[in-house]
Order: sequence, then structure tokens, then C-alpha cells
Amino acid sequence: MIHTDRLTKRFGTVTAVDGVSLDIPEGEVFGFLGPNGAGKTTTMRMLASLVSMTSGTGEVAGCELGKPADELKLRQRIGVLPENVGLYESLSAYENVAYFGRLHRMDEPTLRQNIERLLRMMDLWEKKDLPTATFSKGMKQKVALARTLVHDPILLFLDEPTANLDPEAAKTVRDVVLDLKRQGRTVFLNTHHLEEAQRICDRVGILRTKLLTVGSVESLRTGASGKHTAVRVDRPSEQLAATVRARLAPRTVELSGDRLVVGVTDPEQENPEIAAAVMAAGGRILEVSQLSQSLEDIYLKLVHEGGAPA
Amino acid sequence: MRLSQAWIVARHDMSIFRRRRGVLYGLIALPFAVGIGFPALVGVIVHRGTGGLESYLPDLVNAFSFWWVIGAGILPTTIAAYGIVGEKVEKSLEPLLSTPTTDGEILLGKTLAAFLPTMAAVWAGSVLYQVLVDLETRGALGYLLYPSWGMAVILFVLAPLACLYAVEFSVLVSSRVTDARSAQQYAGIIFLPLIFIYIAGEIGTIPLDTVNLLYFSGALAALVLALFYVSLRLFRREEILTQWK
Repeated sequence: MIHTDRLTKRFGTVTAVDGVSLDIPEGEVFGFLGPNGAGKTTTMRMLASLVSMTSGTGEVAGCELGKPADELKLRQRIGVLPENVGLYESLSAYENVAYFGRLHRMDEPTLRQNIERLLRMMDLWEKKDLPTATFSKGMKQKVALARTLVHDPILLFLDEPTANLDPEAAKTVRDVVLDLKRQGRTVFLNTHHLEEAQRICDRVGILRTKLLTVGSVESLRTGASGKHTAVRVDRPSEQLAATVRARLAPRTVELSGDRLVVGVTDPEQENPEIAAAVMAAGGRILEVSQLSQSLEDIYLKLVHEGGAPA
Repeated sequence: MRLSQAWIVARHDMSIFRRRRGVLYGLIALPFAVGIGFPALVGVIVHRGTGGLESYLPDLVNAFSFWWVIGAGILPTTIAAYGIVGEKVEKSLEPLLSTPTTDGEILLGKTLAAFLPTMAAVWAGSVLYQVLVDLETRGALGYLLYPSWGMAVILFVLAPLACLYAVEFSVLVSSRVTDARSAQQYAGIIFLPLIFIYIAGEIGTIPLDTVNLLYFSGALAALVLALFYVSLRLFRREEILTQWK
């Protein structure tokens, strides 16, 4: 659905996006993470043909980026929800959504049907004729989401869709994204919310001008520092750690608080051996668990170090 | 460029203006105030006039007629300012630019949304003006001042050009300001050349006869084309998303 090769955008002497190569298959929810100013919105705008690329190539929803003849076709196939919802506040929810349906050349019966379905889904049908100026932030975001979906796009670009929303409104938006995922739509999601990315994205990419890494949350978590088994013991000591280290060589064994942390490759196969080694060294095991880094740890590590995970 | 797509944008913008009472009243009030006020003034002159009315009244009324050009330049600036700066304020330009609509179609739609109501108000007000002026002056002059070729040039050539000139200038200003009031204030600069012509006509320095009006039309048409070219260059999605303040 999205394929880019060394996509780059420069504004004068400033490089906003540097050589981003992506492959996002149909039906995937892809999370794009990065700090403010990392180039997430610029990348999204390039993919939506809203801004041109300085160099590189790309194909989005079957349309070639940078080819003028494909621009309108691409915008017909995609839906874009910018960070600022940008509703016409004097117009009603219905009118806001209808305007965008008409701009997408929808016939009136289908348009009416889609608006009703979407506004009902967002729990806004009863308020469809009220000016959106009277709506809460969460309600406005839902109208904007309905506007983005009204023409049944095959690919959605959502820029920080839950930013500054209360938990309930954020949940509604996330539920809509999950529903889109079930329908097999492709979603490109710019987000700051790591937990959100972890919960709804099939894969994530971390950007800081350059694409630092791409992968499933699970593969990033294990790939960032390898797998570890933590054994909590009754009386931890350096001597116990040294004995266990000798028995489990060449694995790494570190003492961390009341836990012995052992580097493993296949925890299910190796954990019984590790437990046996600890007990043989005189340790009394209280708990055995798997250690994995959170997405937040990986994100912070990558963004601050700027390198790919080990 | 698809006119139907531009028309969707224009209809949408006009539906927003209809809800802005201030814009709507301003659009209706001014042409009708002038359409009634100027003939009333002419009436006072006619009724107080002693002799020689026929020598200066036609020129005076001709100069008054030029107001419809100025009016056509004043009225659309409010609408055009709201049409573009309003979208900036509501941050609705990015969603709009994400639709399968070309930059030219959006610009044309916004131009039509400012142009059509303005010209409708100007033409309606000018009909009232012409009828009332004729009623006031026919007795004194013995003939009808309107309709005339000069007024036809004003209403069907100069006024539409002045309106387009104001809209294009508003696009230019809108790209550099962040609120509609500032856009209107800056756009006020465009009236200056029109007001100079009006004053020159009133004091008789430049007679506002049909030939001179056609010359002004040519100059204004060139200016409109130049401004249209510049506004087309400014009204490009990349420019709007990355350069507009």
C-alpha cells in the first residue's frame, strides 16, 4: 500500500526528512513515532501528496508520488486527518462531513447513507444538526474522523488523532482505528502515545529525521537488548551471582537488586536449566520472570542515541 | 479545471457567509444605502438648483456612478478575507487541500463565493440607483440619464474587474496575515487608486466618459491578470502548508 525509497524533504538548508524507506502492506496499522520536529507530519504530507519530496521515490495506494497526473487519484483514495481537526465551526456536524463527501464526488444517496452510518458510529447522530462550535474537543475529533472516512478511503493518514483528548474520547478514536483494522483498511498513524501504538499498531517506525527503526513492537522489544530471564532470590549476593555465572557460561549473569538477570535466547528451553543452576548454587528462588523492555525504553534509547537498536 | 468542483467550494463558502450576519448585512446595506442616498442628494441639488442644471448635472451623476466600481472593490474584501483567512483561523485548509480538488479549483471557488454575491448586490443596488436618479432628474433635464453606455461599462466591465481585483488582492494579503480584520485593513489599500479616479472625476480633472472608462477597464484588466498570476502562485498547497503564517 505504501512503498518509499529514500524519501527526503529539505526546506532550504534544513533537512526535515532524510532518506526514509518504508514498506507498508495493505491492511496494516502502522504507527509512526518520533519527538516533535522529527518530520512525522512532513512525511505524512509527502505520502498524501500535500507537499513535494526533494528526492527519493514512492508509491502510495497505487499512485506514484510526485507524478502530477496521479495526485488527484491518490487524494481520492486516501483520507487525511490532520493534527488540527479544522472543522467549520458555524456549520453542523452533518454539513461538515457532507462538504467533504461532495468534494470526493460522492453521489448524494451514498453520501447520506455514509454520513448516517459514521455519525451513528461516533454517537453523534442525534447532534448532527448542531453547529460544531458547540461541541467538545472529543466530539469535534469524532466529526473530523467521520469527515476523513466519509468517502470510504482505502488508506488513512491520522496525525496525532488522540492528542489532548480525554480518556473516553481517546478510547472511541482508538476503537474506530481498531474497527478499521478489522475491515482491512490500511492506517498510517502518527502518534506520541507509545501505549496507543503498542495497543493498536501491527508495526511501528521511529523517526528522528531519519528512520531509526521499523518493526513490530514485540520484535523491537526483544531486538533492542535481547531476551532476559530474571530470577528473584531470597538472599542475593555477588558470590551467588558469580557461582551461577560459572554454571551458566557463556550466558551473561548480572545481579540487579534482589534479582539475577540472565541473558537467554530461548527462555522456555533455558529457564529450567537456569533455575537448577541457581538452586545448585544455594539460592532460594522466589520468582522467575521474563524481562523485556517497554516500547518507551526502546523509543527513548533510540531517540536519544539516534542509532539503531543493538 | 473542473467548474463543478469549484462550484462545490463556492456554494460551501456562501453557505458560511449567509450565517455571518455582519458580512451579510454589510453586503446588502452599502449598495442600498448608496442606491437611495445618492439619488436623494441629486434630488436636493435638482430642487435647489437655479439655472444651468443641464450643464453640470450629467457630469456630477456620471461621477457618482463611479461609486459602483469602488463598491464592487470594497464589498468582496470582507468575504474574501473570511473565505481564506477564515480557513486559516479554523485550520480547515489542510483537510480541504487533502481532497481531490486542485489549487486552481479551490481558488476559483473562493473567488466565485466573493464575486457572485458582491455583483448581485451591486447590480441590485445600481438598478435602484438608476431608477431613482432618473425619477429625480427627468423633469429638470427633459431626458433619462440612465441607462447609458457609460453605466453599462461601469456595471458590466469595470465593476466586475474591480471585484476580481479586490478578491485577488485579498488572496495575496491573506497569505501573510493571521486574522480577517488585518486582511480587510490591508486590502483597504486597493481602494486608493479607485478613489483617486473618483475624485478626479468629481472635480473634472479626468472626465469619466465612456472612452476613459474603457481605458480604465483595460488597465484594471491587466492588473487583475497580474494579480491572478501572483495569487495562483501563492495559492499552492505546499506554499499554504509550509509558508503561510
